[in-house]
Amino acid sequence: MVSTAENKTQYKVVGTRPIRHDGLEKVTGQARYSADINLPGMLHGKVLRSPHAHAIIKSIDISRALALPGVESVITSADLPQPSGRVADLGEGAMMNPKFLSNNVLASDKVLYKGHAVAAVAAADQHVAEEALGRIDVEYEVLPPVLNAVDAMKEGAPILHERLYTAENPFVRPGGLRDDSDPEGGSNVASHFVFELGDLEKGFAEADVVVERGFRTKAVHQGYIEPHSATAMWNRDGHVTIWCSSQGQFAMRDQSALILDISMSQIKVIPLEIGGGFGGKTLVYLEPVAALLSKMTGRPVKVSMSRQEVFEGTGPTSGSFMKVKMGATKDGRITATTATLIYEAGAFPGSPINPGVQCMFGPYDIANGRVEGYDVVINTQKTAAYRAPGAPAAAYAAESVIDELAEKLNIDPIDFRVRNAAKEGTRRLTGPVFPRIGYLETLEAAKNHPHWSAPLEGPNRGRGIATGFWFNGSGPSSATASVNQDGTVSLVEGSPDIGGTRAAVAMQMAEVLGLPAEDVHPSVGDTDSIGFTSTTGGSSVAFKTGWASYEAAQDIKRQMIERAAYIWDVSAEDVDLTDGVFHHKSDPELRFTFKELAGLLLETGGPIVGSAAVNPGGVGGAFAIHIADVEVDPETGKTEVLRYTALQDVGKAVHPSYVEGQIQGGAVQGIGWALNEEYFFDDEGCMTNSSFLDYRMPTSLDLPMIDTVMVEVPNPGHPFGVRGVGEVPIVPPMAAIANAIKAATGVRMTNLPMSPGEVLKALWDSEESKNSD
Amino acid sequence: MSKKIHVQTNINGLDVDLLCESRQSLLEVLRDVLNMTGTKEGCNDGNCGACSVIVDGRLIDSCLMLGVEAEGKEITTIEGVAYTHGLHPIQQSFLENAALQCGICTPGFIVAAKALLENEPEADEGRVRHWLAGNLCRCTGYDKIVRAVLDAGKTMATQSKSES
Amino acid sequence: MARVFIPTMLQPLTEGVKEVEFQAANVRQVIQGLEERFPGIGQWLTEDGRIKPNLAVAIDGETTSMGLLAKVAPDAEVHFIPAISGGGK
Repeated sequence: MVSTAENKTQYKVVGTRPIRHDGLEKVTGQARYSADINLPGMLHGKVLRSPHAHAIIKSIDISRALALPGVESVITSADLPQPSGRVADLGEGAMMNPKFLSNNVLASDKVLYKGHAVAAVAAADQHVAEEALGRIDVEYEVLPPVLNAVDAMKEGAPILHERLYTAENPFVRPGGLRDDSDPEGGSNVASHFVFELGDLEKGFAEADVVVERGFRTKAVHQGYIEPHSATAMWNRDGHVTIWCSSQGQFAMRDQSALILDISMSQIKVIPLEIGGGFGGKTLVYLEPVAALLSKMTGRPVKVSMSRQEVFEGTGPTSGSFMKVKMGATKDGRITATTATLIYEAGAFPGSPINPGVQCMFGPYDIANGRVEGYDVVINTQKTAAYRAPGAPAAAYAAESVIDELAEKLNIDPIDFRVRNAAKEGTRRLTGPVFPRIGYLETLEAAKNHPHWSAPLEGPNRGRGIATGFWFNGSGPSSATASVNQDGTVSLVEGSPDIGGTRAAVAMQMAEVLGLPAEDVHPSVGDTDSIGFTSTTGGSSVAFKTGWASYEAAQDIKRQMIERAAYIWDVSAEDVDLTDGVFHHKSDPELRFTFKELAGLLLETGGPIVGSAAVNPGGVGGAFAIHIADVEVDPETGKTEVLRYTALQDVGKAVHPSYVEGQIQGGAVQGIGWALNEEYFFDDEGCMTNSSFLDYRMPTSLDLPMIDTVMVEVPNPGHPFGVRGVGEVPIVPPMAAIANAIKAATGVRMTNLPMSPGEVLKALWDSEESKNSD
Repeated sequence: MSKKIHVQTNINGLDVDLLCESRQSLLEVLRDVLNMTGTKEGCNDGNCGACSVIVDGRLIDSCLMLGVEAEGKEITTIEGVAYTHGLHPIQQSFLENAALQCGICTPGFIVAAKALLENEPEADEGRVRHWLAGNLCRCTGYDKIVRAVLDAGKTMATQSKSES
Repeated sequence: MARVFIPTMLQPLTEGVKEVEFQAANVRQVIQGLEERFPGIGQWLTEDGRIKPNLAVAIDGETTSMGLLAKVAPDAEVHFIPAISGGGK
């Protein structure tokens, strides 16, 4: 369902639903993903991982492994250059401490989580490589682990990084290490920062009702179905080719170069199809390992992770501890809010605390507020980005408190949000004012949706809503397009395609050139064949690479108009392109279809290639509102989602089916986060549910259809009004379901996941407190 | 390296002779010995369905069967689903319904759906959701996959009626 | 006149001043103007002649990718905020 708020522009291609260009290869099994590459003479690598959550590596003896027939090489961090702790700028704000990055790929002096990579083997096949892992003798001095942020912040807690200091300023880059000569340091708190607006005291004094709550969420994994895999060939001239799937071939190149201490131009990364990422395929894990093993052996080496390694060795998102206090007047106006968010970064600094803090109250116009954030290291996997990083947990806390305020004031929860809604010109708690956004339109659409007014009958059932905000991202992006003589266009772009962006990018080119979508053939280029393109993330691709494609199309259009003018011997100013036909503005005899002119290019001056490289601003934020109906089984505590509707301001949906798909997929990841998913650790810090059996993601049986409503408030910052759509749908579900459980049972769940055991416990606690009253 | 065993099997209608180790799963044999990489590894422990194949008419996870057990069996993989001159209705329906995003789980879903719909083209939503519960998808939320399978079932039911 | 907002965490350097107005045609001049008024503040905003890599500059609510070269329109609002990277970085 598309609800058009103000979009009167009619497009021929944008907004239609063609079959995606890469679809056939993906339904027939021909598409090649990271593990699908097999090279002649290829060796197989495996990674040895720490059995301890926190330990000093005293020694590593690889001799018994090397003696095993079929083993060609064994490497440890001693084979990697050890970079300094000074933060390197990888461009575009991708700051990274190379020491941390390198030590996560292969631990140097200490292991910091169970599953931390310690050594790697290249052997004739993966079974031999696995056998060899058991013959690497590592002597550990086991240290006590610290497994949650609250414990890690206590006086006397085990310290992960002896020289880590707390950056008491957002403008000091996270993850600072002191010089070895500096005796200070030794904190698990990597950074701490505050945003303030207005006058808190005055704000709370004006409130008639104040709600204050604490929340706890656990680490959850991105859960992509494709495990990480990388294949590398280190050539004799020192140039390395890496085949892998990631969200950014340039990021893989640049991070690998940093770790291997070689020039980025010595590495060519060939992006294979990516089997899901959700933020989790933005960091190198295996790429430098495969490259180094290939260097050692002179042969191509493929290293793949098992599912257990994916859970134990790659980034989940942060667990969190949050406190929120909010006050409102009787007529439903929020007067003040405070929040403290503590995010668990895992073994190295860099949780998504920053975007969490900045998105938390994004949907609201609040004059007085203070939000404080902490980034804390603990002995668990180093966290990685996960869809709208940081925002979902923060929204769970904020939207639960807002629901409670609305309930206490006896105001409809949508009306309450309308009264406090951010709109164009609203100053955010973090400072800047909003441009044109579609939050109010989306709230209106929710209010008018049949789901909202449908009766929900039966015991133990309840309905909840929640909203969410995500900034959306942009970044540098490149596109090159060649006109073929048959009238089609071959488009090379730099953005790995996780969920259908080839189609969205190609369609924007087709729109400009008046071609059908099928006549633009998109492919994703390697790092030697397309200009720099920032990572597929931040819901940026349809926006930034769509824009590059749009500009490359304009370049082609301009050149083809000039060519037509040349052929007709008229001024280019008198020639235009309309619906795929080049024509003279006043002489109707002079016309070429795109295909006719394309066929003439070679003999009229040569081929035409259009290109564009952009770094556009104007992303425009995204807002979502979800409505959930649940039924809670009072005997088992199990929550069933009966009906679910997700509404979102999508700017302009380029390919509506894939926009719907993003909304549905994000909502369902959020439902999994709400109801089931979490990392379980034993007291020693070992993850005890590192399989898809025990880490339970939603299956088709757990879910109803996910209804979507795309509200189109065009983004004035993009030629077609495009806004990023992929991330914001994971922001509201946890609170929407918590609010629905509250409506169903009277119990407010303040911990995630709201698994059957937790819900049952909360129901019993609530019974007990009622009985004792 | 352990000694290899000679296996004679039939894959997608073709007789195949192959050598594999006794410890290799059918999934490994397909991917690493035969280079048929359309069948995907998602978990290697029977919990995601990405490696779904049909063996003698039964839907199985190929990571849970040994390669040597393929002896004398008839196996259908994703590479054998399409017709020589066109896509299978399930594949076509996945494309038309936009039932894939990253596509890594897609071969497994299509093979699983084939195993269902060839026997029960009129399976309803509940049956489809139950049947597909062994296949994990992290991108789509299953909505469009379920619709695609229901649509394909309708097409297949019509086709089998017109054939009979 | 550009309206320049001082981030909460840097307000100790400005003795609590939350915003200042002065003439500036680009971000480089904004930072020079801040440094003149609050000596020492510039080192928190720039490094090696560039905006710190973890920092974003928002002009009238719009994050710029042009760093010190970004143009500041008359009456524009300038904010310094921690850079956000999405599912991406």
